[in-house]
Amino acid sequence: MVASSSPDSAGAPSQGAPARPPLPGGRFAANGSIVGQLVKIALLSLFTAFGVWAVLPLYVAGNWWGIGLVVAVVGLVYYVYLSKRTVPAKYLVPGVVFLLAFQIIPVLYTMSTSVTNLSDGHRGDKDRAIAAIEAFSVTRDPDSPEYVLTVATTGDPDTGELVFLLTDSEGNAYAGTDEGLSELGGADVDQAGKVTDAFGYTLLSPAEVNARSDELQEFAVPTRDGAGIRSSGLSSAFEGSAIRVYDEACDCVTDTETGEVYTADNDRGAFYNEDGQRLAQGWQVNVGLDNFARFLLNPTFASSFFGILLWNITFAVAVTGLVFVVGLAVAMTLHVPRMRGKTFYRILVILPYAMSSLAMYLLWRDMFNTDFGLFNRMLGLQVDWLGDVWTARAAVILTNVWLGYPYMFLVATGALQAIPRELGQAAQIDGAGPWQAFRHVTLPLLMVAMTPILIATFAFNFNNFNAVWLITRGGPFSPDNPTAGGTDLLITYTYRLAFSEATAQYGYAAALSVMIFLIVSVISIVSLSRSKALKEVDR
Amino acid sequence: MRSRSASAVAGIAAIALMATACNSDDSDGGDEGTAEGTLVIWSDPERADAIQGAAAEFAEANGIEVDVQGLAFDDIQGDLLNAHQAGNAPDVFIGAHDWTGNLVRNGAVTPVELTGDQAGGVDETAVEALSFDGQLFGVPYSQENIFLMRNTDLAPDAPETFEELVEVGTELKDAGDTSEVLAMAVGQEGEPFRMNALFTSAGGYLFGQDDTGTWDPSDLGVGSDESIAAMEKIAEYGEDGEGVLRRSIDTENDANLFYEEEAPFFIAGPWNIGDANEAGIDFEISPIPGFEGENPASPYIGYQAFFVTEGSANSALAQEFVTNYVTSTDFILSLYEADPRTPVQTEALESVSADDPNIAAIAEAGAEGMPMPSIPEMGETWEPLGQAQAQAIAGNDVREAMEAAHNTIAEQIGE
Repeated sequence: MVASSSPDSAGAPSQGAPARPPLPGGRFAANGSIVGQLVKIALLSLFTAFGVWAVLPLYVAGNWWGIGLVVAVVGLVYYVYLSKRTVPAKYLVPGVVFLLAFQIIPVLYTMSTSVTNLSDGHRGDKDRAIAAIEAFSVTRDPDSPEYVLTVATTGDPDTGELVFLLTDSEGNAYAGTDEGLSELGGADVDQAGKVTDAFGYTLLSPAEVNARSDELQEFAVPTRDGAGIRSSGLSSAFEGSAIRVYDEACDCVTDTETGEVYTADNDRGAFYNEDGQRLAQGWQVNVGLDNFARFLLNPTFASSFFGILLWNITFAVAVTGLVFVVGLAVAMTLHVPRMRGKTFYRILVILPYAMSSLAMYLLWRDMFNTDFGLFNRMLGLQVDWLGDVWTARAAVILTNVWLGYPYMFLVATGALQAIPRELGQAAQIDGAGPWQAFRHVTLPLLMVAMTPILIATFAFNFNNFNAVWLITRGGPFSPDNPTAGGTDLLITYTYRLAFSEATAQYGYAAALSVMIFLIVSVISIVSLSRSKALKEVDR
Repeated sequence: MRSRSASAVAGIAAIALMATACNSDDSDGGDEGTAEGTLVIWSDPERADAIQGAAAEFAEANGIEVDVQGLAFDDIQGDLLNAHQAGNAPDVFIGAHDWTGNLVRNGAVTPVELTGDQAGGVDETAVEALSFDGQLFGVPYSQENIFLMRNTDLAPDAPETFEELVEVGTELKDAGDTSEVLAMAVGQEGEPFRMNALFTSAGGYLFGQDDTGTWDPSDLGVGSDESIAAMEKIAEYGEDGEGVLRRSIDTENDANLFYEEEAPFFIAGPWNIGDANEAGIDFEISPIPGFEGENPASPYIGYQAFFVTEGSANSALAQEFVTNYVTSTDFILSLYEADPRTPVQTEALESVSADDPNIAAIAEAGAEGMPMPSIPEMGETWEPLGQAQAQAIAGNDVREAMEAAHNTIAEQIGE
């Protein structure tokens, strides 16, 4: 990433000038120094180890595309750093790889999630949902016997066919295979009912049974039609049958007990019966732009979304503006040459910045408490700070200004030091008043340094999750719209939708994230391109 | 030529170094995730050591390893669902019974089957609370419910009714002995978990129940006349009424009000007992009193249980552990010693109650309690209901608030 910020050296060799500018490294440059060579070997091997580490889980999961990608990236890195001809790429590759891995891929993944209904009840695929529906409907027949189970095989413990050696409460022993139940004669049974020895069968140790867990999950000794004896752990078994059965022909699930038929709705990703009731287990489907349509077109969601968006922009603008004004004012005051004890004041001003903002947010939240908070007690008020929309908004802004202005003060102080005092004096000699001198001389020079900082502050506050979550958690809410609160920012709103305890709605939250991404991108691009300060840097 | 060979040498050296790095890597941390032969259990850090110790016997008997990993309790459900989706979930985990519905609809847990004897040794309501669609999904081992904690120096007798509690508390407040009548967290967003005791006493209800105790999500009671009347009664003690219940008391400051003797009564949970002992207050535990002439107050009961993850590579051992060990009294007692929580195994509860009067008192306070509904719809009720209750306490129109909450919940469930 650092390397990509040196465009000069990266661009140089491509000019094709006959006399190449000498590479850094002097006479060792041709082959690199020994130390350089060793560092290169170490870094490359580290990177390869990283690649192998990444491949292992992919291999276990059988993800060949992923493995191909990792191999390609490792191969590319080898090519770039072992070849002599790829000098510009040597600088660019790390930055580009990191950019792809940590910026582009998450954005693409979020975008792909935003067109699905990924949420609680719709996490896996259809096969998994069907498997869960069938497995969860296996109920024990109420008057069926309980068996003590000993798992055995015919032949080798690892590969032989599974056999359930079962003893019922009266001490009768049976052998159950996938063909059915038969009497077992001449077996030794201990007091707990476990079979300790049986002719012709190999008894499995717990670890050996466990190694075949997957088979055991599927295994059932058929008894009557549909019913079977299944294991429950290592030492007990019960007779039960699956009540819900999936039929591929009609793409539906039939409940054999109630006769209810649930048909698959592949647009919504769940099985519904005629009354519109669904089975709990659903699957993930593509819903196109439904998630976007929901907050752009559905009146309730649209009013929440645009209301929050408006407040979000107001919040970011207000905090940025106030922080700038307060920070600059303090910086100007402490910039006066005759001022005594400047260092002391500066330390005082920087203190809020030096404290943990998380703790400060919580402290401020407590100070806004109606009955026990510092503000109401000190001022003798009865203001319900966090219970009313506008006071809560004021509280959030106030807290953020307090936490944010020291940073702006630091930057402004630095920028002020860099402006020669003579300029201001010259303006005053020319007859300008102090305000005019500030407005037309100091401020324009200051803005060169401050504009990028202001844009960054705005972008940061636009997504200032902590500020809202720790003070109001987005509240106050009204009962008719508990998902969108008075101080909610888009990011806290999204977080609540995606990760609240109730129902995780990842698809919808991803769609909101994409919107936030677009909004912040547009604001940033517009403000950066309009900023004269940055244009000058470019030139 | 020379430079090319140098590159080749560098490449070969890099691969060789990588190979050695890999080897050492394998010997250190080869057994991550759910490797076969190691039973991985997720628990909150408070109980992790206790489970590790108690499971040692199980590990030895079956010739396997048990690895207990600690996560913050509130994170377990979400992390488990994500891990299950990604295929690297643990074999067994600890959870709250009200997660059951959500775990089931995501297909993340497997049913467990208890024998008649095993199920008979466990509190019946607890087993019901962990069932979904007639199927048991976890083995309960401890329970939690809220109760009334009172400062015996200030209020020597346990109040029989809520009215009596307010009367005693108000006298103390008027005499200047305390500054609050009752420390009960309401907060800006409401605390429906705590409010449920008073809510049910005054006749409110969340979901209807059929004869077998199964919750019926289609009978949503939030906006019913009974529930509205109940909240109106509670609002009489709110900010526009007696001022006993206020939003400014929340879960951050309620305990301190009691510990600093600013409030004689405190709606507390088992998690407060340690701090209360440390604060050096003489306290006693009693049931939360209901309103005079109304239903008894019914606090929510939360059960904690061991669940088996769906698709676990060690499902046989996981099932064995959950069905045969979590139901054994010895195992529960060894867990209790490391981390005291009210057990739901009848035998264990009896032996524990004999030693610790608080455990017996908490169990008694929960006698009228009801298990939190575990249907997935429950998740949709907390926020709207809490906000409506906070509005009622604030002195706003109760009917309007409750009906708005009702509509919101109905809309969410209907989706």
